[in-house]
Amino acid sequence: MSSVLYDAQGPRAKRRNVLFTVVFLVALAALLWWVYRALDEKGQLEWAQWEMFFTGTEAWSTYIWPGLKNTLTAAALSVLIALPLGAVLGISRLSDHAWIRVPAALVVEFFRAIPVLVLMIFGLALFAQYTDVSTDDRPLYAVITGLVLYNASVLAEIVRAGILALPKGQSEAAMAIGLRKGQVMRVILLPQAVTAMLPAIVSQLVVIVKDTALGGAILTFPELLSAASTMSAYYGANTIASFTVVAVIFIAINFALTSFASWLERRLRRAKKSTGAVLTADDNQPNAGATAGGGTF
Amino acid sequence: MFDFLEGYDLLGAFWTTVQLTVLSTVGSLIWGTLLAAMRVGPVPLMRGFGTAYVNIVRNIPLTVIILFTSLGLSQTLGVNLGADEVDSINFRLAVLGLILYTSAFVCEALRSGINTVPVGQAEAARAIGLSFAQVLGLVVLPQAFRSSVVPLANVLIALTKNTTVAAAIGVAEAALLMKEMIENEAALLLIAAIFAFGFVCLTLPTGLILGWVGKKVAVKR
Repeated sequence: MSSVLYDAQGPRAKRRNVLFTVVFLVALAALLWWVYRALDEKGQLEWAQWEMFFTGTEAWSTYIWPGLKNTLTAAALSVLIALPLGAVLGISRLSDHAWIRVPAALVVEFFRAIPVLVLMIFGLALFAQYTDVSTDDRPLYAVITGLVLYNASVLAEIVRAGILALPKGQSEAAMAIGLRKGQVMRVILLPQAVTAMLPAIVSQLVVIVKDTALGGAILTFPELLSAASTMSAYYGANTIASFTVVAVIFIAINFALTSFASWLERRLRRAKKSTGAVLTADDNQPNAGATAGGGTF
Repeated sequence: MFDFLEGYDLLGAFWTTVQLTVLSTVGSLIWGTLLAAMRVGPVPLMRGFGTAYVNIVRNIPLTVIILFTSLGLSQTLGVNLGADEVDSINFRLAVLGLILYTSAFVCEALRSGINTVPVGQAEAARAIGLSFAQVLGLVVLPQAFRSSVVPLANVLIALTKNTTVAAAIGVAEAALLMKEMIENEAALLLIAAIFAFGFVCLTLPTGLILGWVGKKVAVKR
């Protein structure tokens, strides 16, 4: 096998590679051994710390499933609200009228520059002071508020990038046959842009699922991560075991989403139904120098 | 109007945010570069390790990682990174968590930069007899760094915003102070505006300056 950086290997390079492999393996084994010893010394590897996840359903039905359900609920609601909002903002940024374009740009850049956690903390206080949302519901509302404000602006950039990625001839041809501006956007540009941006939107879902954990750690929103904390308190400090299980669940969900996004991307690239480029997760910043909020994770 | 600010160390909190950002940036640039070198290298085991690391770490919420450094590493296993007081232990743990998480994204940004270097360059470098380390260190990485300034700037901005997660383990940075102030004071909108302004001041110039630098240094092809 060869790549940009190295050629098909000769006997000397092969020998050297074997040496590197052995050295790396020893270092890795030493690290794992150290981790194992540390865990073993503190009794974290005993079966008693882990058995509740494998025998019986109490740990799952009392802690993990409700937590997971809350995580997914918050993520799903945020997407449902943020998508249309993001589409409107993204299209507004492309408007011909400065009085629509400039405020939309300000809103998008502002909310992309501020940490989601700050938005969530603000949301929590906002609902406490100015609305009569009950104390139990407030964390969920706050988490969704933070996620929507941030992700709507990120999705707005995705929408804008998707529309800009279409060849100019598309809208020119549409206008030549007499469609109005609104029609060009609705009938010609958006349907094609939606296909182009699907992979980027699915990748953004990973960010949303991950960010719900903020609500668990700081806003007392009972999602998956906070389930780990209460669980390890209940079962007697099986911190390592609880966190491992929760981390594995997060990895499984997000890895599935990531794989789905890249599968979708390959498929759309191959199908060539649209003339525009397919957006990947990394394309979320169109001309990132000019739009400086940056950072999609 | 701003009287209530007297009792709070606003600048100190943002200074902690900046410190977290700078230390984590340095750490994750080093570890991320090593990971990228592993992922593009000729040794299959290292490639596998790099790929596995990036795929696993990218998919865990940062909050889980940071909370784990505190509850798991420090309180359960007794790893305190050479610090004695609670404050400095938590600070160092937060930096460790941020480095472990951010380096996965640094690695990917660098790898996309490496992919922009034309194959012919590396072939030419090999043809004059450079080894893999020399090809990577002298020819490919310098160009890769220059073309990945903008993606790295995005990672840096995300990192700046992510330092707020350190509030989860009680590091006295901006988000924690904001939470405290909102609980004690009545001026919600004013407090929110102050902190929003603080973060806009930290992230917008970074993006603008590095975006400009990125355009300037990128290798024109």
